[in-house]
Amino acid sequence: MNQTSTTENQNLTTSSDHSASKMTGADIVVHSLNEEKVKFVFGYPGGAVLHIYDALYKQTGFKHILVRHEQAAVHAADAYSRATGDVGVALVTSGPGATNAVTGIATAYMDSIPLVVISGQVPVPAIGMDAFQEVDMVGVTRPCVKHNFLIKDVEDIAITIKKAFHIAKTGRPGPVVVDIPKDITAHMAAFKYPKTIEMRSYNPILKGHSGQIKKAVKLLLKAKRPMIYTGGGLVLGDGAHELIKLAQALNYPVTNTLMGLGGYPATDKQFVGMLGMHGTYEANMSMQHCDVLLAVGARFDDRVIGNPKHFGQEKRTIIHIDVDPSSISKRVPVDVPIVGDVKAVLAEMNAALAEDNGTNDISDWWNQINEWRQVHGGRYENSSEIIKPQYVIEKLCDVTKGDAYITSDVGQHQMWAAQYYKFNKPRRWINSGGLGTMGVGLPYAMGCQFADPGAQVACVTGEGSIQMNIQELSTCAQYNLPIKVILLNNRYLGMVRQWQEFFYENRYSESYMDSLPDFVQLAESYGHVGMRIENPSDVEGALKEAFAQKDRFVFMDFLTDQKENVFPMVENGKGLSEVILGNDEGGE
Amino acid sequence: MRHIISLLMENEAGALSRVAGLFSARGYNIESLTVSTTEDPTLSRMTIVTSGSDAVIEQIIKQLNKLIDVVKVLDLNDGKHIERELMLIKVKASNTHRDEMKRMSDIFRGRIIDVTDGSFTIELTGSGHKLDAFIESLDPSVILETVRTGASGIGRGDRILKL
Repeated sequence: MNQTSTTENQNLTTSSDHSASKMTGADIVVHSLNEEKVKFVFGYPGGAVLHIYDALYKQTGFKHILVRHEQAAVHAADAYSRATGDVGVALVTSGPGATNAVTGIATAYMDSIPLVVISGQVPVPAIGMDAFQEVDMVGVTRPCVKHNFLIKDVEDIAITIKKAFHIAKTGRPGPVVVDIPKDITAHMAAFKYPKTIEMRSYNPILKGHSGQIKKAVKLLLKAKRPMIYTGGGLVLGDGAHELIKLAQALNYPVTNTLMGLGGYPATDKQFVGMLGMHGTYEANMSMQHCDVLLAVGARFDDRVIGNPKHFGQEKRTIIHIDVDPSSISKRVPVDVPIVGDVKAVLAEMNAALAEDNGTNDISDWWNQINEWRQVHGGRYENSSEIIKPQYVIEKLCDVTKGDAYITSDVGQHQMWAAQYYKFNKPRRWINSGGLGTMGVGLPYAMGCQFADPGAQVACVTGEGSIQMNIQELSTCAQYNLPIKVILLNNRYLGMVRQWQEFFYENRYSESYMDSLPDFVQLAESYGHVGMRIENPSDVEGALKEAFAQKDRFVFMDFLTDQKENVFPMVENGKGLSEVILGNDEGGE
Repeated sequence: MRHIISLLMENEAGALSRVAGLFSARGYNIESLTVSTTEDPTLSRMTIVTSGSDAVIEQIIKQLNKLIDVVKVLDLNDGKHIERELMLIKVKASNTHRDEMKRMSDIFRGRIIDVTDGSFTIELTGSGHKLDAFIESLDPSVILETVRTGASGIGRGDRILKL
């Protein structure tokens, strides 16, 4: 196939025209990022991006944050985006720099986070020659990006970066990789940054079908056992305000997915908790037994509805709002699909509801839900001898008044943070839901702290996860980030151990954590504050003491119960109502 | 069920690998795939023959539409359409068999496009079934080589896939 210039197919209007003077490709990269009003670029220099690093040295439009590993650069940019809604930007060199970034890119892809990742590439004549630090970045990242580009002409840099930001943040957001060979960043061209861009091949549907929206409202008003289920799409689409209005006008129960927490206030009486594998009994039972389900920016994934066949045994009408048509009827058939921007669609639903002026009494359904609420109620057995991890999270929530940015890694601590921290606002719960990437917690906290410098930011983690990006303690020191690390240290890869206890007859194969560092001394060696907490009675005081140190990074090593398990639990492949409530309890 | 899907995409480097990668990453069947530029050099036209349940085909179409380089997708099975495939087949044609081979080629409306002492190369166009039938009608020992393009499809009459 022929390769055609990318400039042919677009209608362009140019905002910045410095055509009188030419500049290097590297300067064009930097100017383009300035045009996009980028505030932070998270990155790590190397041979193929030296021209770009020289260009960014000479500008003041954005601040470059030097991480200690490229994976952390992408995670930090990802969290910056999750916290602010802006596109996160990372800059890495070719070869190993690029491959180190891949886990970060895949993490963002699975959770639909808008990123632009700029990677250096070997010079064009060296491509395909197995050159030093060469990797086919476009090929490597193809399955885990929304789109990617390899730029082969300096004239294409500005328009490609414009397209990258446009693609990353519109429709269903996602990461976009822009791979730029080193020689291209040295070539000269005039800088023309397009103000707007139109792509004939990319036009996401944003306005929902009005007929479908009216039909959905009518169905909701006729429901006997309605349920509202929202996911990460509601948070990313900034639709929480409209959803709250709709849910409260109807007085219907609401559940959030792991990715959707904060989309509806956790302390509100209509909230039945998170659903899914470690969801509340009441959320899972309501989900299973509802007759009309409104799904908003959620995708019925395997950790959320369990076995789709079991889920399909109960007859219910499903209304599904999502900006991505391919998310609709993917795992379960949907009756009323509404493709569009969740915020706009929900606003139209609110208007249609007000016009209809209908009401619906569902007190019988609420009575049933309230009965389910009594079955487990999120209880755990606290102890005065040994620190229970759930207790630490409850106290963390108290001490930070439920208003902190909470990042987590992946495992038991992630589930306890999701269950016991009460998120009342969107964009406060920052975790890797889709890919389940251990090691995101600390770089995520960095991204949040840069996004909101005055805010309380806590990283809830385990001793397994924290060691996967522990080198970032150095970055936190360099930029004086007053993050609080809440390490729930049980000397086990807890979630692996839990599955081995349940499904592998207690054979704890390689799930222990031996030879741990002294985390207090480790933190102190970076100039941070380290604390070790071993008694339940010290938990609250220690947290208060840590958060009182507003300008210090505090690493809190909580020695917790080694054998605590996460409940309730719906086993992999089971149905939502087939739940294990505790060590000796069965469900329905 | 077998479906024949037609699509227009930006004629960019790597566009083909995005489509091929999508099918392998999501575990979709791919029977054949043909691609070439159109009268508009910025566009490529692709024909994909695949199979799956209605739900799978719906997902395939949605996932194809989601690719940034894909401009338009059409499931040709949704209406009347024509499909053709080209085969080049090299067969033994020794003295005793030459006439019979020529007759067989004529019956299937093939054209002999290369001749040597011992072989014919026959060009044959038609549906996949017709090409299969030709191969089946030959003694396997006379077939030296076959090359098939996979199906290309187009809608009948006013059904046009164009920008």
